[in-house]
Amino acid sequence: MSSLNWMADFLSSVSAECEVVQAATTWQIDSQAWQRVAELAMKQQLRWVAGWAEHDQDQFLVNSCFEQQGRYLLLRTSIAVEHPELPSQATVYPAANRSERHSQDMFGIRFLGHPDNRRWTRHQAWIENSYPLRKDFPVQGTRVGITPPDMHYPFIKSHGAGVYEIPVGPIHAGIIEPGHFRFQAVGELILNLEERLGYVHKGIEKIAEGRNPESLARLAGRVSGDTTVGHCWAACRAMEQAAGVEIPVRATLIRGILAERERIANHIGDIGAICNDVAFVFAQMQMTRLRELWLRTNATVFGHRLLMDKIVPGGVACDVSEEFCTLIKKDIVELRTELAEIILALDLNSSLEDRLYTAGFLSEQTAAAFGTLGYVGRASGQDFDVRRDAPYPPYDQVDFKVAVETQGDIASRFWIRYKEIRVSLVLIEKFIEQLVDGALVTDWKTPPEGAEGLGIIEGWRGEIVSYIRFEADNKIARFYPRDPSQLNWPALEKLVLNNIVPDFPVCNKSLNGSYSGNDL
Amino acid sequence: MLRLFKKILTTGIVTEKFNLRSHAEHGNETELETLGIHVKRHIDQKFSGSIAIRQIDAGSCNGCELEIHALNNPFYDIERFGIHFVASPRHADVLLVTGPVSRHMQTALLRTYEATPNPKWVVAVGDCAVCGGEFGVSYASCGAVSNVIPVDAVIPGCPPTPLALMIGLLGLMKNKPNSR
Repeated sequence: MSSLNWMADFLSSVSAECEVVQAATTWQIDSQAWQRVAELAMKQQLRWVAGWAEHDQDQFLVNSCFEQQGRYLLLRTSIAVEHPELPSQATVYPAANRSERHSQDMFGIRFLGHPDNRRWTRHQAWIENSYPLRKDFPVQGTRVGITPPDMHYPFIKSHGAGVYEIPVGPIHAGIIEPGHFRFQAVGELILNLEERLGYVHKGIEKIAEGRNPESLARLAGRVSGDTTVGHCWAACRAMEQAAGVEIPVRATLIRGILAERERIANHIGDIGAICNDVAFVFAQMQMTRLRELWLRTNATVFGHRLLMDKIVPGGVACDVSEEFCTLIKKDIVELRTELAEIILALDLNSSLEDRLYTAGFLSEQTAAAFGTLGYVGRASGQDFDVRRDAPYPPYDQVDFKVAVETQGDIASRFWIRYKEIRVSLVLIEKFIEQLVDGALVTDWKTPPEGAEGLGIIEGWRGEIVSYIRFEADNKIARFYPRDPSQLNWPALEKLVLNNIVPDFPVCNKSLNGSYSGNDL
Repeated sequence: MLRLFKKILTTGIVTEKFNLRSHAEHGNETELETLGIHVKRHIDQKFSGSIAIRQIDAGSCNGCELEIHALNNPFYDIERFGIHFVASPRHADVLLVTGPVSRHMQTALLRTYEATPNPKWVVAVGDCAVCGGEFGVSYASCGAVSNVIPVDAVIPGCPPTPLALMIGLLGLMKNKPNSR
């Protein structure tokens, strides 16, 4: 880390206010410098990654994570509970906007100068001026009776001849998660879209407190059901860092296989669903068929169709026998052949082309400004993949290509997914080849009180950041998972502009944010 | 276009008739088609040929939704048994509710329940909906669906497999001859 020039420059430019806590990545800085440091970070073209806070007796620890060229920097400051004020970083980084609103609702921290300090995660489940993540807030809450709807949320208004509003949700007309979208439209054209999420807020951060590592891994596996491997891996990595546990090589390779299988299953599903949203059912039927076959192999080999609870603190809870390796390899060959045939048929289809090309355009600038991640970012020129840029085992042992496009439309997000499937198939083959004999789990060591870890991995949607701090007796004091959806959702508000309302479903599907992972 | 038709022809019909292969939880004993015929018979008797399901995610992690989606894939093709998913509760006979009910979804779920015409049935799908699961009751979650609206049948599992969903729906048909 210390060899990095930009970091040295950066450090010297703010040295008046900051002190290096760990030579590695954590900087404790003065709260007054919070915004100024963000400005400097912006100048150095650091990407804003995640932000979260923590209640520690009479102070709040506020964290803000940045990245450049695969190096992560954690800024930390502390503010007094009696006077919880901090200059906002959202003024500099639009990506920090909702994260700060979340901390505002959950801790009561006032971010001075925040461009939009309306409530975000809080609807009406808890009353104003009470803050669930403060330690004195009871897990059971204080509200009795039925939680009223959040009727008076101040949506952005627009006026003018022919302008009308379309409220959609929270319950949508399909088998999908709940959330509210407020459109302002003229004719069919979308003038503005405002997202109102938070409907599936289940208090994950609060109910994580006091859990043991196994129990936390199970909870992390349910932050977002389609990313169960991703979140579980990130959380376990964070816990393993905190406890100083090295996991066996065989376990890392199996984790890699699990993660790539999850990526492929979701990408196959999405490709079908994108086509289905423009009424091209052939693709949907073929892709759901391939997905089902893929999930059945998951059930046969790993014992769970969605691979839940297969990653545990210290290793994995499943093994892959020789016989199953053969089955997986055979499956890969079949999937590759079938996909090639289907994709060719889709590529040559003009009705699909009409709907997917140029629709839902996200420019490189907007994608960069919002810190857009994963396939959404990579379809808009954001060349970043944790597996390549900040490699962790087993990805540090393999070479692979990361697909990037600059077209930024729905078609681009469609093709990126296909390219990623192909890369993932090769990765699984490589991991199977490297599979060495050995243990599956390392014995757990109880981490010292206050030990912390930051697990960063590439989930199928993009970079997942999981922060964990332990208290005494192997118990969790703080768990914060940052799903890539938290940074991708704002991009949806931008990419639908000037599209027609009937194209919203396909725009939304091409991004496919997780509601549950966003709301926590 | 020719490639497309060729693919359709060479794929053939994958909808499962008898042997549900390699289902880890149920082995090979369960026969999807036989199960489907059971379901169909009950639907014919009690619902004049078809049931309309409105699925509601009241706070789930999305895992259950993925498996409910799978019911519509060509292997299970649940519509052949007269079970179909509708967009509005006003068109529904059955509400299929997943997730612990988050407090933020409580009113929405109650309103959906009220909007569903009688006779109606509620099926709680997944461990969270059945008993609160990993999330339980908290400041943000009401826990099980039965804490918010009356539940007629439950389908446990995390998430329940498509086959478990079919078996669960069959259970509803068998045990609930009377409408609410």
